[in-house]
Amino acid sequence: MDETISLVLFSGTDDKLQAAATLAAGAAALGRPVKIFLQFWALDAFRADLINADHGLAAEAGEAGKAAVAAAEKAGQARWPETLRAAKELGEVDIQACSASMAMLKLGQSDLDPLVDGIEGVAAFFIKAGEGQIVFI
Amino acid sequence: MGNLEIKLKVDASGLSCPMPIVKAAQGIKTIGPGELMEVIATDPGSVKDFAAWAGSTGNALVESDSADGKYRFVVRHK
Repeated sequence: MDETISLVLFSGTDDKLQAAATLAAGAAALGRPVKIFLQFWALDAFRADLINADHGLAAEAGEAGKAAVAAAEKAGQARWPETLRAAKELGEVDIQACSASMAMLKLGQSDLDPLVDGIEGVAAFFIKAGEGQIVFI
Repeated sequence: MGNLEIKLKVDASGLSCPMPIVKAAQGIKTIGPGELMEVIATDPGSVKDFAAWAGSTGNALVESDSADGKYRFVVRHK
């Protein structure tokens, strides 16, 4: 069985990125290789100048959801960049930017946070994903 | 509980999933084979997480108990 877990991140809101970072860190703790592919608004959230900004929540959060997330942060829950840094220190977590999304957003690698290891196309992503599971968030 | 020699104590109280097992995975790397690590957590999900993490990484979960909303795990490094 291929133990690699591949996460395709599309959404750029803080709740979805937090959910993805949780999956990545949990898999890394289990010793499983993790591949993360950043597209569209998720990639935009990894811009060096924006990564620590407020990226809002998914529409379904509503007012009660916003309050719940704010309370969790106030209680000291790590934000997603911090969770991803912990995951990378722990195991094999490779984060790649989708080259088409990079072109669409007019970004170069120097515009991205150092959490991002490189830029690749979708074929390279699928080859690295191998026979492992792929999750789209 | 209590008469085992604990090499490393990790306090993951107040941390939500996945941080208790992330802290455990970080901590286990710092002790030697056969040595024991104790982790305290308050996340109720950590009960099943520690069983899964130990089973999958080959480290032995030698104690798992709870009291007053705290969960305590003792793991022996493989």
